[in-house]
Amino acid sequence: MKLPAFEYACPATINEAVALLASHNGDAKALAGGQSLMPMMAFRVAQPSLLVDLRKLPGLREIKIGADGVRLGALVRWRDILDDARLAAAHPLLKEAISHVAHYQIRNRGTVGGSCAHADPAAEMPGIAQACDAEIAVMGKAGARTIKAADFFLGALATALKPDEIITEVRLPAWPPQRRFGFQEFARRRGDFAMAGVALYYDPAAGGKAANAHIGVIGVGDRPRRLAGAEAELNGKAVDDATAIKVGEAAAAEVEPQDDIHASAAYRRALTGTMVERALKSAAK
Amino acid sequence: MPTQFEVNGKTVSVNVEPRLTLADCLRHELRLTGTHIGCEHGVCGACTVLVNGDAVRACLMLAVQAEGAKVVTVEGLSNDADLTPLQKSFRKHHALQCGFCTPGFITTAHALLTEEPDCDADRVREVLSGNICRCTGYIGIVEAVLDARQYYKDQAYKK
Repeated sequence: MKLPAFEYACPATINEAVALLASHNGDAKALAGGQSLMPMMAFRVAQPSLLVDLRKLPGLREIKIGADGVRLGALVRWRDILDDARLAAAHPLLKEAISHVAHYQIRNRGTVGGSCAHADPAAEMPGIAQACDAEIAVMGKAGARTIKAADFFLGALATALKPDEIITEVRLPAWPPQRRFGFQEFARRRGDFAMAGVALYYDPAAGGKAANAHIGVIGVGDRPRRLAGAEAELNGKAVDDATAIKVGEAAAAEVEPQDDIHASAAYRRALTGTMVERALKSAAK
Repeated sequence: MPTQFEVNGKTVSVNVEPRLTLADCLRHELRLTGTHIGCEHGVCGACTVLVNGDAVRACLMLAVQAEGAKVVTVEGLSNDADLTPLQKSFRKHHALQCGFCTPGFITTAHALLTEEPDCDADRVREVLSGNICRCTGYIGIVEAVLDARQYYKDQAYKK
């Protein structure tokens, strides 16, 4: 369908953008790549009275890599992440996960900030933010603040962002070179949202045993989440096939998926176990 | 709102409502009807155009967002004299039947082959997964794109 009518503004500074968002009583929306918002508007799921285009805002397109980790500007596109050779070492899990985002044309427009603000329960970037204990920097009328990923994603398409706040940066903690990781997701067709997906990592400790296990899942539940039970099952274990199966079983028991038109809850639960098992096996290779 | 950008090498000025998509702007304001509109919500790929060299869905971009950009549509990839090598390859491999999706496949394949003239069949399939064709079953399209690689490789050497 054609888009519903709206006012449009394209401010040159973040303060102007925040003021514009604040001026419409929660009825204004920030527009980044538009790859989620535009379909939502075509379907009338979203009908903002004002769109604030962020494309002229300075300083939001950079990928900064330092001792404190990887900082992704809000307007960094999936394409930019995939093209950045530094990320192969600086955050291989991010790069692997983002290669699964949607389709070629969408990856040329879709952004890090847009995906986090949209908060689809099956989206890869929010899943990575959760799995990796990311911090999300935002700017609003009350100033800048930083929100932990665990406190940011509140439900399907629901976040801790206030109506006048704009994401400025997603910060992923530093990635040690010895870290092992796996990413798996399952969709019926390439580019579709996953029916279940997992991003996991651990740091090999003495004797090859896993420490600092982080297991994040997407597509099973109303938001991306970490699985504390499955992580406890993995910590302190040698990562072999038997461990992978056991951790997969723990993950399947821990998730709380719901039935929907794409898959039953039981199927998503079983799929989660399989994805975790496969991701762990690939991490250990 | 007044908006100026470049389409197929020419600067164009339009005065459009903010809600007009780039796809509708190309078709209705600029009469470039080679860009097709299938789903209007970013899943079918028929409206793919190049914006600053990147293949994007013109139904998921506002015309006003194209301000200052260089847009290339399927019309900009052909010439009146002869079929282009990519078009010839589509013809040779029966990569189209009804032809509705073809402009989106041509623009997408052109972007891919320009950037990655050495891509393999799996990469071609991965990239073309963003375009839907209801006639061909895709086999011919994939073969046509693979067969056109040599031309893009030769072009890359020339540069």
